[in-house]
Amino acid sequence: MRERQGPSWFFFDRLLPIGTVVLVIILLWYGFAVLLNAKFELDQAARAKKQISTMELVQKTMAQDRPVLPAPHQVATEIWNTTALKKVTSKRSLVYHGWITLRSTLLGFVMGTLLGIGLAALIVHSRVLDKSLMPWIIASQTIPILAIAPMIIVVLNAIGISGVLPKALISTYLSFFPVAVGMVKGLRSPDLMLMDLMRTYNANRSQIFWKLRWPAAVPFLFTSMKVAVAISLVGAIVGELPTGAVAGLGARLLTGSYYGQTIQIWSALVAAAVLAAALVIMVDLVSRLVTRHMGMAQ
Amino acid sequence: MSVVIDTKGLDLTFRTNDGPVHALSDIDLQIESGEFVSLIGPSGCGKTTLLRVIADLEKPTGGTILVNGVSPEQARLSRAYGYVFQAAALYPWRTIGSNISLPLEVMGFSQAERRKRIAKNLELVNLGGFEKKFPWQLSGGMQQRASIARALSFDPDMLLMDEPFGALDEIVRDHLNEQLLKLWAQTQKTVVFVTHSIPEAVFLSTRIVVMSPRPGRIHDVIDCDLGNDRPLEIRETPKFLEIAHRVREGLRLGHSYDD
Repeated sequence: MRERQGPSWFFFDRLLPIGTVVLVIILLWYGFAVLLNAKFELDQAARAKKQISTMELVQKTMAQDRPVLPAPHQVATEIWNTTALKKVTSKRSLVYHGWITLRSTLLGFVMGTLLGIGLAALIVHSRVLDKSLMPWIIASQTIPILAIAPMIIVVLNAIGISGVLPKALISTYLSFFPVAVGMVKGLRSPDLMLMDLMRTYNANRSQIFWKLRWPAAVPFLFTSMKVAVAISLVGAIVGELPTGAVAGLGARLLTGSYYGQTIQIWSALVAAAVLAAALVIMVDLVSRLVTRHMGMAQ
Repeated sequence: MSVVIDTKGLDLTFRTNDGPVHALSDIDLQIESGEFVSLIGPSGCGKTTLLRVIADLEKPTGGTILVNGVSPEQARLSRAYGYVFQAAALYPWRTIGSNISLPLEVMGFSQAERRKRIAKNLELVNLGGFEKKFPWQLSGGMQQRASIARALSFDPDMLLMDEPFGALDEIVRDHLNEQLLKLWAQTQKTVVFVTHSIPEAVFLSTRIVVMSPRPGRIHDVIDCDLGNDRPLEIRETPKFLEIAHRVREGLRLGHSYDD
């Protein structure tokens, strides 16, 4: 069978499978929306001593003000209203809030990646550090981030560090771990034969690192970075939750829950999901470019 | 004719989880400059281990060894040899040309000098014009040729080769044997060649060292005086078969064919 090309490929290999899954998800979403919101409508009808037909019930469940589960079109309308129809600088714009969260995410991601790479390089080159650092690095991730995030923010604010940096530090804290673990594996991945080869050239440790370990570790780095960028976004949102921040997607989630605006909560959730997907896709694109430049071998 | 590799009573015992493994026992071997010496024997007879001791990739636990009159470590530091592994061991993220220049970069050659040597050594192994290709674009035989070019790029006096053609099919192997012989004639290097193919050992060498396992030791050293001009057809001559027979007898007596 001939390989598909062009528009045919796009339709069968991308649009159809992804589109089908999305369609199924939306249908299930509608189903659950009706189910979960039905109780409220039935209570309302009982209070007004009216009978309510199934058709009416279904219609009402999808148009509530504060539904338990908003219908997809409600979320879509809310997102549309807060992105396309609002000025980007307005405090109600989802784009504005998304940018606030994105700032901390990106800064935290970059710092976390650099920290992870640095730690991995140290661990690979020093047996002492390998035995002493690794357990602490792993232990650091067992502390529930939701518990210490408020502490970190309050302490940093107290010594004058506020704004993007405290949230970015929480993102760093979460994202350095996958990068460190992945890079340790990657820096140790070269074949014994390749290492022996370097020994026969009498290469020093720095040469072995830059000419052998580092290029061999690049695929591991990108895999870890995909995980790290998504978890960095989580960290930024978590950083906005506990201390009553007023801007960012986490803040939107918070104010939504204070005022019972479930549609607002869900629109912030969907926005966060879309942001995470976009970030991972971008890391993936960069990784493809780099590996193609490195000879497509990996 | 100077002695470039001189071992006396060389001994190497590995300490493993399953107990000590006596890999090399009382090895006495002198190799002179310009020779082509094959080490042949079954798996576990210590031939690769001996090569690695010469290359300072393993340290012996007894006896003495001198390479170029100094310790193997000093020989390694002075870049006295090029090593060719069983697999091509090319870096997949570098082009062929860039792979050849790897030892040159490590050793600090200038860029102009590197470019010259890459071109020269690729020509030597008949891979001229393949500088910009990546290893995955080459066949196994070509990759191994590139690996040999890399080992020669910094002009070492010695070539240490560990079953370099073991993973290739017979026809490619014959072709590369021919090419290696021409290369050796052209460059006059000392070659120590590990193999477990009897015809290959007899075809290529000036001397054959037959080793036997458990513990690894030298069973016999056979002079292989088939002359300098050796076409592939020499493998059917009576002299060739006689030497091959001697090698096989040595292997049999050394318990290589025992269960």
